[in-house]
Amino acid sequence: MLEVSGLTMVFGGLKAVDDLRFSASEGNITAVIGPNGAGKTTVFNCITGFYKPTSGSIALTHADGTRHHLQRMPGHKIAAIAKVARTFQNVRLFAGMTVLENLLIAQHNTLMSATGFGVLAVLGLSGYKRAEARAIEKARFWLDAIGLTERADDPAGALPYGAQRRLEIARAMCIDPVLLCLDEPAAGLNPRESQELNQLLLRIRQGGCSILLIEHDMGVVMRISDHIVVLDRGKKIADGTPADIRADPAVIAAYLGDGEEEDAA
Amino acid sequence: MQAAKPLHPVSLRDAGLSALVTLGLFAPLVGLVTESTDHGLVLGWRPIALAVVTAIVFFGRLLILALRARRASTAERRANSAWAEALSRAGTYLTPALIIAALALPLTGSRYYVDLGTLVLTYIMLGWGLNIVVGLAGLLDLGYVAFYAVGAYSYAILATSLHLGFWVCLPLAGILAAFAGMLLGFPVLRLRGDYLAIVTLAFGEIIRVVLINWVSLTGGPNGITDIPRPTLFGLRFSMDGGDDTFAGFFDIEPATIQRVIFLYYLILALAFLTNWVTLRLRRLPLGRAWEALREDEVACRSLGINVRNTKLTAFATGAMFAGFAGAFFATRQAFISPESFTFIESATVLAIVVLGGLGSQLGVALAAIVMVGGLEALRDFLSFLGDQMDSGFFAGVANELPMFRMLIFGLALVVMMVLRPRGLVSGRTPTVALTDRKEIAADLVAQGRG
Repeated sequence: MLEVSGLTMVFGGLKAVDDLRFSASEGNITAVIGPNGAGKTTVFNCITGFYKPTSGSIALTHADGTRHHLQRMPGHKIAAIAKVARTFQNVRLFAGMTVLENLLIAQHNTLMSATGFGVLAVLGLSGYKRAEARAIEKARFWLDAIGLTERADDPAGALPYGAQRRLEIARAMCIDPVLLCLDEPAAGLNPRESQELNQLLLRIRQGGCSILLIEHDMGVVMRISDHIVVLDRGKKIADGTPADIRADPAVIAAYLGDGEEEDAA
Repeated sequence: MQAAKPLHPVSLRDAGLSALVTLGLFAPLVGLVTESTDHGLVLGWRPIALAVVTAIVFFGRLLILALRARRASTAERRANSAWAEALSRAGTYLTPALIIAALALPLTGSRYYVDLGTLVLTYIMLGWGLNIVVGLAGLLDLGYVAFYAVGAYSYAILATSLHLGFWVCLPLAGILAAFAGMLLGFPVLRLRGDYLAIVTLAFGEIIRVVLINWVSLTGGPNGITDIPRPTLFGLRFSMDGGDDTFAGFFDIEPATIQRVIFLYYLILALAFLTNWVTLRLRRLPLGRAWEALREDEVACRSLGINVRNTKLTAFATGAMFAGFAGAFFATRQAFISPESFTFIESATVLAIVVLGGLGSQLGVALAAIVMVGGLEALRDFLSFLGDQMDSGFFAGVANELPMFRMLIFGLALVVMMVLRPRGLVSGRTPTVALTDRKEIAADLVAQGRG
């Protein structure tokens, strides 16, 4: 469903991503791993429209057959129309707004179309009330899923770190994505929280949403991913199931360092 | 700081330094005075006044140091949150009390009070309008007066050259100002923080310079005179007492105060409209998107919010209300010139918004009352005080006391910002709640970096 081909991203003289080709199939959890500076986050930023790739194509096919060329879409449309949601390496919540407000902002486009260009809703003439009630229902569903219903009316910035991570994922899910891109969701979580995260991600996959995952925590990666793509210095060095990757000599070399390869570079 | 006792050498040195700075600063400001005599201007010398000011600073500094040493930081924080809570509780009574006071003000029948009330309400309306841009969307706008000017000139030009009535021109002025808001919005979409502030500042100046130089349209520095007054359902407010005037229709004695009171209620209605629309918008997706933009623009984009359109609507909506206020200003004064739209107006309105607390409607209203009404009250109080100080000791100071009002006012603002850096009413009320609405502490709410 997601096909990345020939993706290249150059910053000045630095080739952060070099002719990358991979695909993620529908209903799968695909992990992108690699050492620090391998270009994982750059790939994410290209897919979600925060960077414009230097060359290459990123195509996303929905279940109904519509095809979206993400490299040509403006950033906000990738979320609004192509339905690709993302979270960030450093949590980016609306800290001064409540947990519930965070989840409602994610449904902005649905709610906005119910307000009749804003003017009717100011006058109280549109079906906005019903639309908002539905949006709150959806928010409540995700609040139950991440176990934060009790704290719905607290400011997001006051939540503990693990809860903020979960809330960010729930917020991304509120745009009804077909592809969810998670940038190191397990970073800074304790083992129990990391276990809860695994459950949440498996549940999201069950709901029919595909997941693209950047992660350093190999426990998480090996346990839940269906497919793994390994990057090193902007290039793909391996691609396969967790079992394949674990046995791949190139991956082991990239992670543990390999004397000869260092010299060659 | 380890200043335990007020007379500790460290405290004394600190206070002495403060007094020295004061002495240097105020020697030319207060110590020197020019007197015009038969031989022309002569430089006078006021040692006593200078000594009094220096002594106030010296002992005031000692007092502050003593208080600071005694007050532990935790106690201070508790006092601060207690104040916020008390204020939000008082807010439930304060709002209706302010509304009743505003509605009842013309009953005093005093032209002075009604005129002052009109001025305060104009600033409240401008403050509420700017609050959309700065408080909700977090876009620092230093050129807000430009939209006020566009509204005022739109009405003045449409009314004098096309002879359109006030009620037709009012929405047109709003639309034209909103259009100017979009015009400003486009080039500054990618700018943030300080850069945004500089460009908006320049925009304010550009509009003013255009008004001065486009003589054929705006009359240049001479401005536009004889701007028509508004009518009430077609009834004029005129002294001739004809059948189509307010006084003639109701068969009462014509008086200027009738028009003054009418204008007062007009701006009151416009201010209420601004407030009502803002409060409604805050609870709608658009208003929430503005606040989300202030909190985190990148996250907004990742959630499919069109950042460009959202910013433009914030600029346009804020500008529209400034346009309404501008049209009102033009019709009230019957004369406008570029001099009324200088940077100091933008600064005053921004100060009202910041002092009131970004995003708080009640705070902005209070700040406007304090900044515009309070300044006026201070003038009265100082001249009253000056009249009382009828002794040789105060000679030369007493009759100049009213001139110190800006100095005292500036000092009050500094103290205010030290004590309550996030404004009078600094918390944020959530727009929606699952069970109950809880005030959000100011330190969690972003101030916006444009």
